[in-house]
Amino acid sequence: MAEELFKALADPTRRTILDELADRSGQTLFEICGRLSMKHRLGLSRQAVSQHLAVLESAGLVETRREGRYKYHDLNTAPLRQITDRWPVPDPSRPEESTP
Amino acid sequence: MKIHLTSVFVDDQAKAERFYTETLGFVKKHDVPVGAQDRWLTVVSPEEPGGTELLLEPAGHPAVKPYRDALVADGIPIAQFAVADVRAEYDRLTALGVHFTQEPVEMGPVTTAVFDDTCGNLIQIATQPE
Repeated sequence: MAEELFKALADPTRRTILDELADRSGQTLFEICGRLSMKHRLGLSRQAVSQHLAVLESAGLVETRREGRYKYHDLNTAPLRQITDRWPVPDPSRPEESTP
Repeated sequence: MKIHLTSVFVDDQAKAERFYTETLGFVKKHDVPVGAQDRWLTVVSPEEPGGTELLLEPAGHPAVKPYRDALVADGIPIAQFAVADVRAEYDRLTALGVHFTQEPVEMGPVTTAVFDDTCGNLIQIATQPE
């Protein structure tokens, strides 16, 4: 699972897809393709976007949901917790005792 | 050469006539019986009565269903209409019960949204920059 997470995050296009799903979760493939091409000028085929989504899905970062005749993609940031579980981040609200 | 007519397949012509005129606000241009139950049914925009006609074509051919199902699943619209203000149109249509698969989004220079025409298709509306 962790390997899939790091692989998924390693690609800039996939990170852009996550940015756009963070802007609004629950997008059709058409909307994701539109955002990538129109907002980010990324000339990707629909098939290439589908493949990126499949990698994100295997890492658990994207979940697909069928609603009637439509299929939507939702963002799931829960797998990202594996990163801070492995390398804990100090809580900035609790200053280290080294500060006088 | 001119683009005089384009078409969308519709599940039910009577229902499509109501949706495209009463909900969307187009006006009927031609309505001619064809065969036993089908009609040559076209609508135009009231803003452009002499403009491109949209044919609301019966969806009886067996190829139509798999074609449209695959497009709809991926959220791909079958036609695009121009509106002055996508957000205003989104509010107006939502109030009339129209379901959007894509709420208005600014995509670079254009703002777009996608709705279900209740007759088997997704339709995109777009506002182009001035």
